[in-house]
Amino acid sequence: MSAATVFIIAAAGVLVGIAAGYWLPPHGRLPSRDRPRPVRRILLPFSGEAISRRSLEAAVRLAKAENAIVMPAFLARVPMNLPLETALPVQCARGMPLLEAIEQRLVAQGISVDSRVGRGRSARDALRKLLDEEHFDRIIVSADEDPKAGLGYDDLRWMLERVPAEILILRTAPEDTRRISANTVSGHF
Amino acid sequence: MSEEITAPAVPLTESESADRRRGRLKVFLGMAAGVGKTFRMLLEGRIELQAGHDVVIGLLETHGRAETAELAEGLPILPRMRVSYRQTVLEEMDLAAILRRAPEVCLIDELAHTNAPGTEHAKRYEDVEEILAAGIDVVSTLNVQHLESLNDHITELSGIRVRETIPDAILARADEVVLIDVTPEALLERLRAGKVYPAERIDAALNNFFKVENLAALREVALRQVAEEVGAKRLTTELVGSREESLAADAPQAVGERLLALVEPYSGAQRLVRRAWRSAQRLGAELDLLWVRPPGRRLSEDEERSLAALRQLASVLDARMLEEESDDVAAAIVDVVSRRGSTYILVGRSRPARGLGRLRVPLPQRLMERLPGVDVRIVADRSSRSSAEKP
Repeated sequence: MSAATVFIIAAAGVLVGIAAGYWLPPHGRLPSRDRPRPVRRILLPFSGEAISRRSLEAAVRLAKAENAIVMPAFLARVPMNLPLETALPVQCARGMPLLEAIEQRLVAQGISVDSRVGRGRSARDALRKLLDEEHFDRIIVSADEDPKAGLGYDDLRWMLERVPAEILILRTAPEDTRRISANTVSGHF
Repeated sequence: MSEEITAPAVPLTESESADRRRGRLKVFLGMAAGVGKTFRMLLEGRIELQAGHDVVIGLLETHGRAETAELAEGLPILPRMRVSYRQTVLEEMDLAAILRRAPEVCLIDELAHTNAPGTEHAKRYEDVEEILAAGIDVVSTLNVQHLESLNDHITELSGIRVRETIPDAILARADEVVLIDVTPEALLERLRAGKVYPAERIDAALNNFFKVENLAALREVALRQVAEEVGAKRLTTELVGSREESLAADAPQAVGERLLALVEPYSGAQRLVRRAWRSAQRLGAELDLLWVRPPGRRLSEDEERSLAALRQLASVLDARMLEEESDDVAAAIVDVVSRRGSTYILVGRSRPARGLGRLRVPLPQRLMERLPGVDVRIVADRSSRSSAEKP
């Protein structure tokens, strides 16, 4: 075999290597965007300062069973005297740490999370806008939400009548005293 | 004499005053044991008592200090609860007794304390949360080294790891934080005079934790912490749904900082934006979000949704969402930084490079080289399952 042939083979090998390196991601895995994606989306809306631990646990159980993404959503309320597009730093000062706490809990259990923030004249209005923009397979809410702070019974009835998704409403249980609040954020947020 | 630096109390709205369910938390924060936190807590209790309020001591640790015990005289003390653990009887704060007694103000020492196994909550701050939820005001004490986020930093400074920690959010949500400040020299003098620990523990303390350099570092950390609290509360009122929302947004900046968070339309970007927003709040800075979009790139359905969610989040948080089309991400960022006067850049975890991209210098490093004087911070991505599964 002549030196020229060896050179050509070697050069071809190098080119194939570069091409493979370019097209294949590290460790021979498919890039995350090409991997099979979880298709089911579970919405976990809240608007108060805490959510029921049972709601979170239900979301974890379902997400694990269905390989679903959990989408915790903070529903911010815009007062009537302000434009609907107004920024809400004060409410976010409460909602964002809680969103972070929920996300930490979910991720710690190996659940994929994709958070959302909804904004409307009321919690229901914010939820309606969110549902108009995106599709969710399931919605998990707790029936013990303080109607002043979050979704009340009327809102739950509205959801059952109007929302085209499976809705899981968790009844209040005597042992359901523990809630996830912003205080449970780990570390510096 | 101790000096006090106080983070301002957040004003209550009319509706909250009328319909308040949660008690107020006041924390005396110190750099170390012996600065006078418990003393000030008791003083506060006495003032409240003299003002005609119903005050009880839920838990007091005098550590054998005569001055402290003397100050507690006359204040009602609730007996401690006895808990048996491994043939030992331990004494803990009696949460149920406090809730039954339902005073107006409860004094609870050592907020970061870990309760004995068998009690209702693992940590005392969880007990305090329940007491606050019952509408009882709480006055408590805390050393700065117990804050979770500062734990590693303080271990590095002092060489001593503190095992009892509390989440930073507890302090952040306190209605009032009062720093009890003394100079390291004054504290060491108190220690040597036997006012902090009994005689047999003084030498050990002086040789370990209580060194001037340790105390000076801790003092600096405590001062910074309270300064941050003041800054955060300055922008946060407890009002919801009134003109204060817009006033808070218009509050003048204390520091001329502007943050730039680099985002992409994927789920983890939400967390990056939240972190950036919190940092911006602490610094009293404005926040810009930047997505450098490759020319001609078509977004998938998921990416479209993520982008819409990012825009919504930016709008709610009062951040400006910028979108630039460029092949050269670093150049586009440099351009935006110079246009917007950004002083701080937050980036998320980069996607694994492919092909020749592996040979390229990582983006944060390129930014640091091209933008001297601009801080670059990498924010961890916790929102994907793959990252959660890493050891």
